[in-house]
Amino acid sequence: MSIERREARQPWILLSPALGAVALLLFVPLMFIVVYSFWLRSATGADTVGFHLDNWQKALSDPFYRYILLNTLKIAAITTLLCALLGYPAAYFIARSKGNKMILLLLLMLPFWISYIIRTMSWINILGASGAVNTALMSLGVISSPIQMLYNEAAVILGLIHFLLPFMVLNVYVSLEGIDTNLEDAATSLGATRWQSFLQVTLPLSLPGLAAGGLLCFVLGAGTYITPLVLGGPRDAMFANLVFEAIITQLNWPLGSALSLLLLAVLGALVAIYNRYLGMAQLAKGLG
Amino acid sequence: MAAVTLTDIVKRFGTFTAVQKMSLEIPAGSFCTLLGPSGCGKTTTLRMVAGLLDPTEGDITIAGRRVNDIPIHKRNLGIVFQNYALFPHRTVAENVGFGLKYRGVTKAEAERRVAQALELVQLPHLADRYPKALSGGQQQRIALARAVVIEPDVLLLDEPLSALDANLREDMRVELKNIQKRLGVTSIFVTHDQSEALAMSDQVIVMSDGRVEQVGTPEEVYNTPATEFVARFLGAANILEARVTARQGDRISLEAPGFTQVEIPRSRAPHLGDATAARLVVRAEKLVLMPEGSTADAALMIPATVEAVDYQGQAARYFLRVGDHALQAINMIDIAPFAAGDKVVLRLLPRDCAALPAR
Repeated sequence: MSIERREARQPWILLSPALGAVALLLFVPLMFIVVYSFWLRSATGADTVGFHLDNWQKALSDPFYRYILLNTLKIAAITTLLCALLGYPAAYFIARSKGNKMILLLLLMLPFWISYIIRTMSWINILGASGAVNTALMSLGVISSPIQMLYNEAAVILGLIHFLLPFMVLNVYVSLEGIDTNLEDAATSLGATRWQSFLQVTLPLSLPGLAAGGLLCFVLGAGTYITPLVLGGPRDAMFANLVFEAIITQLNWPLGSALSLLLLAVLGALVAIYNRYLGMAQLAKGLG
Repeated sequence: MAAVTLTDIVKRFGTFTAVQKMSLEIPAGSFCTLLGPSGCGKTTTLRMVAGLLDPTEGDITIAGRRVNDIPIHKRNLGIVFQNYALFPHRTVAENVGFGLKYRGVTKAEAERRVAQALELVQLPHLADRYPKALSGGQQQRIALARAVVIEPDVLLLDEPLSALDANLREDMRVELKNIQKRLGVTSIFVTHDQSEALAMSDQVIVMSDGRVEQVGTPEEVYNTPATEFVARFLGAANILEARVTARQGDRISLEAPGFTQVEIPRSRAPHLGDATAARLVVRAEKLVLMPEGSTADAALMIPATVEAVDYQGQAARYFLRVGDHALQAINMIDIAPFAAGDKVVLRLLPRDCAALPAR
């Protein structure tokens, strides 16, 4: 075999274990889901095998599903916006701090060492009827009976921010870290104030990181079901909860499959739009 | 008149003192160079003039105005950074015009001045390109155009040539100096490269360990170094213990034991005073190797042995032994260099020697 051919094959040899795992564990199950989505659930016994569009028709036309889908996108959008507003200054601070940068980044990673479910449930101890906040307010005499702070949309958004903020901070941090600090100095030396030089130079140059962080927050936020399950009320269900409900509670795999593919398609379209205009390279940078 | 004055400037970072009690006057319209090894405080000094760092003590005045409490964006300075610091998301014309936006210049006037600045650096055809599409030398010129288009009171240049390769660096050095002369803008240039400093400056400020070692024209600092540091930093120098044996009129006789006796002009020892103990400074370029047995008039002829040769193409650096002294010489090569082990004589003109006070 010629050297050229061996060199051309080498990347594929190195990639094949990972590609094999992805194919077996992701692609094959996904194909099962696609096939399932065209079956029909029967009230008794086995599902009806075949090519039926009923599940898809229900998923696409039922106003309840459409309402939940729009609500999911709305909650994800609000969460993403708040993460950007909260995360940008934090990322800026870390990127511009000297010496203790590694400790700050470690602190940012620290929550990942605790299970996401535990982190979400911890809000019950803080905001619940007998949680820290209510207990403190009552013992101070500010309120006489507990305030209802959990099981509403605000609690869901709070929980999602808690979950997603590190992703935003990391992505913005990486892009800020790549910006030469001399650029801001150059801008101020030319007559721009600190704020003007931030708006004219640093902010536009960090937009790719902000967009990458935004995409991650949005996609992860829109796909979650644990946060609304733990912190939301009955009216705060998100789309992944419908999938959970269909498959785990109703054992309706065909409908659950169609719903989950619908969410996949919507989020996939968003990623495609992002990739079209900003490219995936920045996202890879932020994750690495 | 001084365009920039530093008075008793001290800069401390925690317990580290980067600049110690520095006072300096930069004459208007001049090209002054802060020269020294890395860590000598030259960049710190420049950044304090720029307003990027605040001095711990002392005053800075620019064009007669005390600027200690004036933020950088109100100081009207042009800064050229080592890595150029061009805005990557702006075109060349937008980069050059950036500072004009904050100076209430009309759009037409701004366009005219940007075009003029690009003309000055000979790159008018690149106005619509992005910095990424330019070579290092072109980026350097655009950075210069951006800094001078605002007609700054002082132009600050922080090692602007060090990122360029050797040949381009020498071209840019000539061009930079020409542009500075044409505009007549007071310039402070920071470098660790002695040949850049000597070639470009009206005045060289040699710094070491946060202190000014010497201020003078390139010839002054090269020919009559005030300290051993200056003598060693500006080219290779041989420094030998010596004592003054006689002072007659404008001449001083020195004896460097084991090397030679020499009578030098008093002007070559301005820092010696009346001391007897001295050090003799002999530049490596001034020791000329000649074949054994050569003679010359009005020159000292000192027998020596070549111990090693460092071949450099057009020149060679020789490591020599004269008695107990190890000396260095740098000579142009005539046909072929001398070889290690050769017996030679060193021709030295007394007027090429300088003297420093003893340590």
